[in-house]
Amino acid sequence: MDKVILEMNDISKSFGATQALCGISFKLKLGEIHALLGENGAGKSTLIKVLGGIHQPDTGVIKINGQEIKMSGIHEAQEAGIGIIHQEIVLVPYLTVTENIFLGREIMTKFRTKDMKQMNEKAQQMTEKLGLHLDVTKPVGKLSIAQQQMVEIVKAISFNVKILVMDEPTSSLSDEEVNKLFETMARLKAQHVSIIYISHRMEELFAVSDSVTVMRDGTYVGTVETAKTNADELVSMMVGRSLTNYYTRTYNKMDKEVLRVENLTRKGVFENVNFSVHAGEILGFSGLVGAGRSEIMQAIFGNDPFDSGTVYLNNEKLNVKNSMDAIKKGLAMVPEDRKKQGLTLINSVGFNIMLSSLDSVKSGIAISEKKKNQVIEKYISELNVKAASKDIAVSSLSGGNQQKVVIAKWLATNPQVLILDEPTRGVDVGAKAEIYSIINKLAGKGLAIILVSSELPEIINMCDNVCVVRAGKIVGKLERNELGQEEIMKYATGGEK
Amino acid sequence: MNEKIKVKSTNPVISMLKSNMGILCVMLIIGIGLSFMTPNFLTGNNIISVLRQISNNIFLALGMTMVIILGGIDLSVGSIVAMTGTLTVGFTVTNGVPMGAAILIGLALGTLVGFFNGFIVTTFKVPAFIVTLSTMNIAKGIAYIYSGGQSTRITNDAYAMIGTGYLFGLIPLPVVYMIVLIVVFVFLLNKTKLGTYIYAVGGNRESARLSGVPIKKVEIMVFTLTGLLAAFAGLVLSSRMYSGQPSAGDGYEMDAIAACVLGGVSMSGGVGHVSGTVIGAVVIGIISNGLNLMGVSSFWQLVVKGIIIMVAVIIDSQKEMISERFGKKKNK
Repeated sequence: MDKVILEMNDISKSFGATQALCGISFKLKLGEIHALLGENGAGKSTLIKVLGGIHQPDTGVIKINGQEIKMSGIHEAQEAGIGIIHQEIVLVPYLTVTENIFLGREIMTKFRTKDMKQMNEKAQQMTEKLGLHLDVTKPVGKLSIAQQQMVEIVKAISFNVKILVMDEPTSSLSDEEVNKLFETMARLKAQHVSIIYISHRMEELFAVSDSVTVMRDGTYVGTVETAKTNADELVSMMVGRSLTNYYTRTYNKMDKEVLRVENLTRKGVFENVNFSVHAGEILGFSGLVGAGRSEIMQAIFGNDPFDSGTVYLNNEKLNVKNSMDAIKKGLAMVPEDRKKQGLTLINSVGFNIMLSSLDSVKSGIAISEKKKNQVIEKYISELNVKAASKDIAVSSLSGGNQQKVVIAKWLATNPQVLILDEPTRGVDVGAKAEIYSIINKLAGKGLAIILVSSELPEIINMCDNVCVVRAGKIVGKLERNELGQEEIMKYATGGEK
Repeated sequence: MNEKIKVKSTNPVISMLKSNMGILCVMLIIGIGLSFMTPNFLTGNNIISVLRQISNNIFLALGMTMVIILGGIDLSVGSIVAMTGTLTVGFTVTNGVPMGAAILIGLALGTLVGFFNGFIVTTFKVPAFIVTLSTMNIAKGIAYIYSGGQSTRITNDAYAMIGTGYLFGLIPLPVVYMIVLIVVFVFLLNKTKLGTYIYAVGGNRESARLSGVPIKKVEIMVFTLTGLLAAFAGLVLSSRMYSGQPSAGDGYEMDAIAACVLGGVSMSGGVGHVSGTVIGAVVIGIISNGLNLMGVSSFWQLVVKGIIIMVAVIIDSQKEMISERFGKKKNK
């Protein structure tokens, strides 16, 4: 078990003036699951790209099984037995599972046509070896995200991978799917595959990893055995100081009811949804991924239609046909997918903050630079957005700061109700704590907040009341003193009361 | 990590120069080369004539810039030029409609084609390429049907003035229109809500929709404005040629697209500036002009122009790589 399979020594890499990696050393033992931990921008991705042959290091050596190797491209990395599963799924949705697995190295018949029969058989074997039961002739686009990820793993393994890198594999999985993934990882481990596992989620590291290496600002902080450490130690290694208050929540006296939803139904998606949220309240929406939480929010926000039911705002019937109406009425929604729905990544921080509230800074038909900059400045400092300037593209910001820009955009519209759909997904610990404190402050100011989240600790520590959604129905409503992981999971998975 | 955020705006002229660095260099190199090769290149008369020649392309390219930033394309503008020119001249000369009314009808019809493009694109979600490919044929067909394929000579002096007159006896009117329109569209794209929305829709349609941007309105507006600009180009062109010709404007959409691409407008949407497009149009203009001055035959001009555009775009697309390389050297 103690044989070192991969050794990276003194790796440095800079891009122009930015030093992304500075003398990083990293050792991976045969058959271990080694977590790589660090805030966004700590250099984890760069290190992985160096390992994968995408970037060439300025200094340093990489040794596999004690032999120094030079990698000038992805192919060399593959040949050396390194497989990387990226955060975003990179499969072709219209091709079948088999076709995706064998893409670029199809097995041919003697007539130089594709030998589908043999490929399907092999693909089936490979998936079963990992404990998966899939129809390999199905187009990948028809599978769930979790299944697609499994296909990625199978594909990586099919290259005879000895070292598998998984970059935030759980970021879009539900808890149940995460458990399946962990089972798969255990199987791989038993097959002597060494795994480098990147994740922000502390509880997962403890569930699955053997050791943890922490990075900060492109430097190596330390490596510890998972069994001999705890979350507090890891967090303080990551941020370089101890983070005392992770969740900030001062419970307010709830004020008048702001939003009430009655019997909201969209056939086949959700039915008979009833709830209300008050000024100063944080109402949580928990449940498994795909339970219909986001869909309910999209319908309330006017983005998707619904078949029946009524939404009341301040006791008046609310009629919204699209997001434009919703914004005018005082609703705001930070959507689930920051990159696809929340931001125009190529545009600047200021552009994104102002996009939904341009009317408030117009003078005549022109937009007043001065008024605009005042608003932008206000929210940048209020939410502590860390950006070199308001004019730089939002894509260059870290995930946490991007999310703050999305929140700023919606606060600039002066909403009464703020819907937050997975506001801390893909955000590092430091920024997470900041976002929690922002949410808390907003509730304190009397905003009615709906928090949709798949992270149970987040729901438990931030919410006044929680609705648990399963298969499009609210199956449980819990008050703050009833909140607990098991209690919520029981409802979410359909366990009996 | 806690550095203070600079909210101060950067100087617009400097940021304009910065974002157009590549194409500006190309323009300077071609310009300097030509001024050595042909003695007539850097004369006042020649510069005025280049400006007049590019004015028409700029009318179209301004609209094209918006359409491409929005993530679309408009192939119908060349045909709208032909249609508007033929119909307006025809109404005035053949049908005896008062000139003012004829011009308004002509502009309205061109604008209508643009509106139609936008309406179909946004309502039926048909790709702009296909919709405008259809209207390109329709508009051109209308021009031929109306004129029977014949060109109509302008007999009305006032009409001829539109494209051939001068301001202060010095600056050709098309150049004046061009400058005014450039100013208007720089303002529109940078200072108005519509302008911001165009970038937002082109940059990320889904995010724009969720942010409350009226996507349909924006799309229809952009295509309609592009139709209006093309109609205006048709009017000015017919006046300059003293005739309404159904074969006018052939391939103009391609020159407009080339100007945009040279100017750094991204074909995948969301990125681009009027300033870049204008410089792109100038590059195309001086290439044609230089080749004319050197007596290159018009058949060869097409080949040379094609090659130069391709090289310019390759240089531009590699500029990030080049600057990264320079940056590395400085560090070492």
